[in-house]
Amino acid sequence: MTPIRGPLLASLFAVALAASAAPLKTDPAKSAVSAVFKQMNVPVDAPFKKFNAQIDYDAAKPDAAKASVEIDTASLDLGEADMNKEVAKKEWFNSAQFPKASFVSTAIKAAGPGKLNVSGKLTIKGKATDVSFPLAVKAEGGKQVFEGSLPIKRLAYDIGEGEWKDTSMVADEVVIKFRVTAAQ
Amino acid sequence: MQQRYTHTAMVFHWLIALLIVGTFSLGLVMTDIPGLTPTKLKYFSWHKWAGVTVLTLAALRLLWRLTNPAPAYPSGMPDWQQRAAHGLHVLLYVLIFAVPLSGYFYTLAAGVPVVYFGLVQLPLLIAPNPELKPLLKGLHYWLNMVLAGAVGLHVAAALKHHFIDRDGVMKRMLP
Repeated sequence: MTPIRGPLLASLFAVALAASAAPLKTDPAKSAVSAVFKQMNVPVDAPFKKFNAQIDYDAAKPDAAKASVEIDTASLDLGEADMNKEVAKKEWFNSAQFPKASFVSTAIKAAGPGKLNVSGKLTIKGKATDVSFPLAVKAEGGKQVFEGSLPIKRLAYDIGEGEWKDTSMVADEVVIKFRVTAAQ
Repeated sequence: MQQRYTHTAMVFHWLIALLIVGTFSLGLVMTDIPGLTPTKLKYFSWHKWAGVTVLTLAALRLLWRLTNPAPAYPSGMPDWQQRAAHGLHVLLYVLIFAVPLSGYFYTLAAGVPVVYFGLVQLPLLIAPNPELKPLLKGLHYWLNMVLAGAVGLHVAAALKHHFIDRDGVMKRMLP
């Protein structure tokens, strides 16, 4: 699944040399980001095939954690090539002008065992908003697995303009589901 | 044995015939639309709702036919013709199940469940399956081509009986 492995590891290595918290190496094979939404009330769970996650996390000091995720907007896989091409166009992600969507955390707080509260800036199609969402963290096979969902309203980011503003066709609510597996 | 089909059989026949023509046409039009448009999404949904409706009616129709036998062919009709007619009708019955079923499994293999009229999600009989998807797509297409051929033959034969043989065979299905 990953032509991102090489550059991802290289960039994480560079981050590791400079970071102060505990930067983790993401395992792309065990990580996934997807958009979950409804199209004419039919549920869709479409993966983003290319993304980059950087997590600085030390279970002993959760408040010092940092997370950032960068997603290739043109990598959404709706299951058909001509549909995937459509979603990169101007009315949707406008990937030519905005190739990446990103989340950068500003604060991470422990919220009980295995739970974190993450706040940060979500930027999609040039629009930035402050978001907060819960994140579950657990150890699995010697690695840390971070799982969470971030509900957004696609129209707030102009995703789906013109005739696609019709929310009976594609619902406004979209949940960005992610699971990032990382280790020292 | 009566000379005509029951009114129930007639309703099943003409209703399903209309739905098949509509669903088939929609299928041709919708797959011709390039890219992704709201209209295309609507057509795909309507096509699937219609297909599920045909499948349901087909089941009810079969039950009716099994408990209410069709009228016998006119005695003057040659044996080979009666056998051919029966064979074509059996094929049509098989196809009104096979075509919508192949379509249903295709959409499930593609990971797109059917939400009937946008209200009720229908059973996920199989999980998304990228390997099966193109096979089922081809199957659905080819079964539809066979159906088109069978319907063409069926209509041609009915008209032959009506206008050439004048044996009253088609009248049996007309209200």
